[in-house]
Amino acid sequence: MKNKTNVLPREGEAQPSRCPDNTAFKQQRLPAWKPQLTIASVLSSFFLTGAFCLTVGVCLVLSANSVREIQIDYSDKCSDCSKLRENSSNWNKECHCSVNFTLKENILGDVFMYYGLQNFYQNHRRYVISRSDAQLLGRNVNIQRSYCAPFSTYRNGTPMAPCGAIANSIFNDTINLFYNHNSSVIQVPLLKTGNSWWTDKNVKFRNPESYNLSSAFAAGTARPPYWQKPVYLLDEEDERNNGYLNDDFIIWMRVSAFATFRNLYRRVRRVRHFTEGLPAGNYTFHISYNFPVTRFKGRKHVILSTVVWSGGSNPFLGIAYLVSGTAATLTGFVITGIHLKLRKKKTYFQRRCESCFICLQRSLH
Amino acid sequence: MVLNWFPLVEVFHKEITMLPLVIVLLASMIKDAIEDYRKYQYDKTINFTKTRVYDKEEHAYVEKCWKDVRVGDFVQLQCNEIVPADILLLYSSDQNGICHLETANLDGETNLKQRRVVTGFSSQDTVFEPEFFQNTIICEMPNNDLNKFKGDMEQPDHEQVGLNIENLLLRGCTIRNTEAAAGIVIYAGHETKAMLNNSGPRYKRSRIEQRMNRDIFLCVGLLFVMCLVGAVGHGIWTGKFWEHPPYDVPDWNGNFVAPVLAGFYMFLTMIILLQILIPISLYVSIELVKLGQVFLIHNDIDLYDEEADLPIQCRALTITEDLGQIQYIFSDKTGTLTENKMVFRRCTVDGLEFSHQENDRRLKTQKALDLDREDFTKLQHFTLPPMNLGRAATVKPSTMRPLRRCQSDRARTQGHTRSRSVGRRDSSQSQVAFSSPIEKDVTPDSRLLRQVREAALQTESFSPFIHMKTSTSFTDFFLALAICNSVLVSTATAPRQRVTIPPPIKPSGITLEKIHQIFQRLKLASLSQSFSSSQSSSQLGASFSAKNTEEPLAVLESCDNENDSSASSGGQELQDKGSTEIGTASLDEVFRSATNTSLPTDFCYEAESPDEAALVYAAQAYGFILVSRTPEQVTVQLPQGTLLTFDILYTLGFDSVRRRMSVVVRHPLTKEIVVYTKGADSIIMDLLDNSTKGNISSDKRLKRIKERTQKHLDYYAHDGLRTLCIAKKVLNEDDFQKWANFRREAEAAIENRDELLIETAQHLETKLTLLGATGIEDRLQDGVPDTIVSLREAGIKVWVLTGDKQETAVNIAYSCKLLNQRDTVFTINTENKETCESLLNLTLEEVKKNYEYDKPQRKLFGIIPTSFSAPEAPSPEFGLVIDGRTLDVIFQGGLEEKFLALARRCRSVLCCRSTPLQKSMVVKLVRRQLKAMTLSIGDGANDVSMIQAANVGIGISGQEGMQAVMASDFAISRFKHLKKLLLVHGHWCYARLAKMVIYFFYKNVCYVNLLFWYQFFCGFSGSTMIDYWQMIFFNLFFTSVPPLLFGALDRDVSAETLLRLPELYKNGQNSEIYNLSTFIITMLDAFYQSLVCFFVPYLMYKDSDIDVFSFGNPINTISLLTILLHQALEMKTWTVLQLVVMICSVAFYLIFSIIYNAACLLCSPPTNPYWIMERQLKDPIFYLLCLITPVIALLPRFFIFALRGTLGASLVLKAQQIEKLPKEQQDLEIQKLRSRKEATSGAPVASPASNDDLDQSSSHLCVSPFLPSAAALPPRDTENQGVSASNPLGRRTHDEGCYFFNRWAEEESAATDSSAGPSSGHQPLVASRETAPGQDGGKLTKDYLKNFHYGSHRRSVSSVTL
Repeated sequence: MKNKTNVLPREGEAQPSRCPDNTAFKQQRLPAWKPQLTIASVLSSFFLTGAFCLTVGVCLVLSANSVREIQIDYSDKCSDCSKLRENSSNWNKECHCSVNFTLKENILGDVFMYYGLQNFYQNHRRYVISRSDAQLLGRNVNIQRSYCAPFSTYRNGTPMAPCGAIANSIFNDTINLFYNHNSSVIQVPLLKTGNSWWTDKNVKFRNPESYNLSSAFAAGTARPPYWQKPVYLLDEEDERNNGYLNDDFIIWMRVSAFATFRNLYRRVRRVRHFTEGLPAGNYTFHISYNFPVTRFKGRKHVILSTVVWSGGSNPFLGIAYLVSGTAATLTGFVITGIHLKLRKKKTYFQRRCESCFICLQRSLH
Repeated sequence: MVLNWFPLVEVFHKEITMLPLVIVLLASMIKDAIEDYRKYQYDKTINFTKTRVYDKEEHAYVEKCWKDVRVGDFVQLQCNEIVPADILLLYSSDQNGICHLETANLDGETNLKQRRVVTGFSSQDTVFEPEFFQNTIICEMPNNDLNKFKGDMEQPDHEQVGLNIENLLLRGCTIRNTEAAAGIVIYAGHETKAMLNNSGPRYKRSRIEQRMNRDIFLCVGLLFVMCLVGAVGHGIWTGKFWEHPPYDVPDWNGNFVAPVLAGFYMFLTMIILLQILIPISLYVSIELVKLGQVFLIHNDIDLYDEEADLPIQCRALTITEDLGQIQYIFSDKTGTLTENKMVFRRCTVDGLEFSHQENDRRLKTQKALDLDREDFTKLQHFTLPPMNLGRAATVKPSTMRPLRRCQSDRARTQGHTRSRSVGRRDSSQSQVAFSSPIEKDVTPDSRLLRQVREAALQTESFSPFIHMKTSTSFTDFFLALAICNSVLVSTATAPRQRVTIPPPIKPSGITLEKIHQIFQRLKLASLSQSFSSSQSSSQLGASFSAKNTEEPLAVLESCDNENDSSASSGGQELQDKGSTEIGTASLDEVFRSATNTSLPTDFCYEAESPDEAALVYAAQAYGFILVSRTPEQVTVQLPQGTLLTFDILYTLGFDSVRRRMSVVVRHPLTKEIVVYTKGADSIIMDLLDNSTKGNISSDKRLKRIKERTQKHLDYYAHDGLRTLCIAKKVLNEDDFQKWANFRREAEAAIENRDELLIETAQHLETKLTLLGATGIEDRLQDGVPDTIVSLREAGIKVWVLTGDKQETAVNIAYSCKLLNQRDTVFTINTENKETCESLLNLTLEEVKKNYEYDKPQRKLFGIIPTSFSAPEAPSPEFGLVIDGRTLDVIFQGGLEEKFLALARRCRSVLCCRSTPLQKSMVVKLVRRQLKAMTLSIGDGANDVSMIQAANVGIGISGQEGMQAVMASDFAISRFKHLKKLLLVHGHWCYARLAKMVIYFFYKNVCYVNLLFWYQFFCGFSGSTMIDYWQMIFFNLFFTSVPPLLFGALDRDVSAETLLRLPELYKNGQNSEIYNLSTFIITMLDAFYQSLVCFFVPYLMYKDSDIDVFSFGNPINTISLLTILLHQALEMKTWTVLQLVVMICSVAFYLIFSIIYNAACLLCSPPTNPYWIMERQLKDPIFYLLCLITPVIALLPRFFIFALRGTLGASLVLKAQQIEKLPKEQQDLEIQKLRSRKEATSGAPVASPASNDDLDQSSSHLCVSPFLPSAAALPPRDTENQGVSASNPLGRRTHDEGCYFFNRWAEEESAATDSSAGPSSGHQPLVASRETAPGQDGGKLTKDYLKNFHYGSHRRSVSSVTL
């Protein structure tokens, strides 16, 4: 083609030919790889996928099995407390209860303590948005215009700090763990900081700039209605864990994805008896029961668990890998079977076909 | 979108929600803006073009912009200016008051048209003075008819002058050959006819888009259901609590909403949330993809016509994929299947046939030469091919001519390049239509030449009477050819300079007188042989070489003397041999010199229709050269070199009602008033003078001539030639005056002027004397049969709708393989409703019988493919031939359904003699009733309605102007391009777009469902786990480019395979890729995949401390991967581009997420995905999830693909597999596929090659049974022997063909067999059929027997001609 166009006399150089360019792109002749589902590629892909999935699945299941976990539902354990909390007018009455449990074997490694909530729809749309990130960054913002409403200001105009429904409904039980070691009760040392994301603690949440935390909050803000104490008294012992920077608060503010969830509450500090983790034996949770769950048919748990590289105790991923690996392998076999069966037929068919064709040609000539 | 502005139901930020819509709108806005800007630029240049408008204050013409031209302004125009408005011509610098116009801008015709100054103004010699213009002009309202204008001009003295289109200069035309013109603006601006004609591009909605709209409604339904689920769910969920939990946040005022109301609000919220389900961006994407497809089609080098320098033009941007779904093609014949390059092939004069074999041979060599040249290299430009030299050396002047012609090298090299099209590119060349050598050069038939010569020489030996007759017939015949037309003459050296004044050689008064005297004397002597006297063209040709322009007058002088003497001697001593010899000798000399001088340049003829040009060139070849033409006069050079100037008294132009044209001239020598008429044979034959004038012998002779001519005509028609009859009539002065008065009245009439004009014309054109007839070949375009065969294999039904007559159409249909020799052809010609109905019923039954006989077999094959064994007898295919009258009956009588029922079962349908309206009605009928995709292809103005009626209109930018192209969606330059356009581009475009549309639906449903599933876990509260920005960007950027690229570039099967296996086209025809079932399957798949994409992460993260957006992030990533991998599975072609885009999409997503999650602390409060991506990228679970989920999601689809791949179920897949094979194996496989296809479909199992050979040989032999060399009887006829009752019409012509052949072999035994005559009706000629096989010898009897065997199956039913 190109030659031909060149051959043409070039008198009309001023008005170039309207002949399209003979380029691979314009002529749709770009070199291309055309994947073909040939029997070889199909089978190899199925079997390879199968093998890979099975391997990963086994690893995952094994690692998930190594996780030790204890989950205790304490929502009804302290029956009087739960009754007490059903009436919201008793909000300032304290209620304590203790829950005993026994570890049959040691829980080795880092032990994490979670509180779990059931049927608490933290992911409700209006709940999720009911917060002011700007306020939590320590900025002085007009939260009236934020999504916090109706938990933004009191009637008299005093803004809530922190505002919004999430902050208002913070999980406010305190849980302590005691180890009954040889009839002596040892409080298991728990870390209350370092549980939240580093970025949350250091970037996303900032206390208002002030020489002192209480003055920053006390002037012109008030605690949310459900709270028992203002935000600057969340952790009176640790200045860096107080105010918006309180780890429990930060973790609560990270709204969970499902109605049933757990949040990291404490980590076992690996000192003295607990350097290896939690030794087997009898334990007691001392719980200050503040968070009402019966109103929405919720449950509360306290969970002790270890963590492995593949996450928590949930074996699902491993099972998923195993199942899909098996499925892929089986499909591979099925396809092989079909192929073998068909090939026999096909060759028979083709041979007949060709012979017919040849006969025909002969008869025609 | 609006819903989001209500705080109660607000899901996202108001601003963000608008974003996708804004971007979608923005994209289309930008696209439109660019288009509009271009238009604006163009408008501006037009608006500010200057023209000279008369200014009343300054009393002079001043320059003004076009946009300031108003109605009533006086405008002065110069040569080569473009007319700015519709202007009534009041002055022209031309002395005849004529202004030449080129209307190429309007209709693409490059020939010049003449416009006249309004009567009454033409007499002015002075320059037109607008000051004194005081007339009132009354004209009709602006309309869009380019060919009609009616008006009156009332002069101050209350005299009325009629105005018509002849007086109007239309906007957009260019003034040519006229120095200056002036006129008054009648219509300006948008009221001009040109503007009113410009309807702009039409926006058609393609079938996919229609289907898409339906599916979008399905999606809306789905959305509604989902929203309802959400609303009900939310209502119930809210109603569950007797006390509001802390997570149920009250509204701004601290109030809670009742469950029912909450449910209602939730419904609205869900609409906002899930609205992405409706793929709004799909519309923009489709437009973009189509732009890409159009770009690629436009750039296809295979669809580029080198000769015309025209690539395919895609005028409609929205229906590319319709090309892949065509079921019916309606084709025009002339100019579409045929080249519309008319080549003079044969003529019959006075009952004698001249087959012009030399011309045939020349045409063949020319063709071969063309082919050669195309392959040869540059060098060929400088050296003439030896063949050509050889020919030039022989006695053919016509072949010499191109050497000295105005055409450039290129035109010369390229055989039948039209210099017109070349001229577009190269302005230095002449812009002359119909001037390729193949059209221009006619090699005179030696027999005819001899005849002409003998007519002169044999005067002595035969009775003068007969010879006078013959020779006058010959002369008149060629004179008529030269005169009776509307051809414009221009000379080659000065292109576009019309020769209005006969060349200087036009003899002075004395010489003219002398010639006149000669003629009168000759006439007295009842000898006009000098007209046609023996000038062999060899001498003519030889004379070309000697160029002697110095002494024209002198030579002429002398020649006159000699001529005088010879003529006088001829007159006085008729039998004197010596003097005649001297005379002829001297005449020779005369010619030599005369030709010399009178042909200083070559003439280029511009005709409105190509056959006119062909006839003029034919006349030229015999020495009757049209030298000049003005409205009043026409000058013809006779073979002797003398110039005759005829006064044209009237020209009765061609119209489709009369189907003939006439010229009334006054013979310059005899002063007789002669009417030359040229027209369709059937018309002329009816108009011949049948009255017996006593003279029995001449009557008999006339009758014989007529019969013979009719026979020849029938043969021409059978041969696929266009026939024209030439007749003449001599009027006496009184009759003419009477008629002229009539005519003038008619012309002056205002009301129904057209009818009156036709009536007067008909009045004149009676009692004609037949001179002869011509056969012009309408050459079949390159590759037409091949294209039609391919298209048919692709399952497309090809119908031909033509205005031509039945015989021609049928023969063209045979030669382009539209009809096969094996086919049973039904012909229905009737004017009666009842007959028509019963005929339709009868044929329908017959066809059905065959169908039912076939069907179970096919099914059997379909179910058990292994069972096919011995090839069954080929089932007959049906063809239907129907004519315009019958169509009228069908349309008026409500027989459409029956007609369609029959037609749809026929392989091809041929509608002859159909009007443009009927064409479009047929197209509409098929389109509406059969709900089929239709494509119309045509090249002329008469195809416009058909083109517009079809789903896809294709115009062929041929020779009949631009109207068809203007009305079309795609404009190609050759019919054969249709093959690639449909089979390759159509298939691709359909496959691409269909897949893309389906993919878009899948994508949206898959993605939106993720959100929907989440509602079950968040109390149907309308929460999203994915950040809104990422959600929007997901559709807009991350997953938008790959499908676009896919839609524009994917090739499921390569172009070569598509062309080799036309069956692949059926894929698109049956809408296999995108129909309801595939849509539903895809939807289900989308549901499944979204389920997987949601629930795998859900089950993974269930009960953990995962937060909302950390949960959403892997889901988003997973669905992105799944959606892209799904695309990858669909993609059949991976070029670098696709790979890059794919990778870029993922990379862009990751990079965007990382940056967005790192940089945005308060970007979209209150949701805040800060640092989530970064954190998850450190988490092995995230990777593991991203690995396994797409695998699970795509496993079923992959499994099905794999199964299909192994089973090889579809043809497309097979074709793909074949492509992988090496070349030789490919051929074998394709052959195998095709043969199997044929076997299963019950078509002839014979290998296609041998089948083709048979057809070819038969048609080839049948082309020219006249040729003595065609010794064998055409196999077609032998085939017909077996047919019990074949189409009598067709067979009649066959038989006559054979019969003729036999007679020709005996060198014209003049006796005419009355039973074989054309007037004998349609009775099959049994006798000649029976004898035919005997004559072709034993060799063919075997074939005959074989054919007989076949023939028993080809039982043609009937054809009733009533």
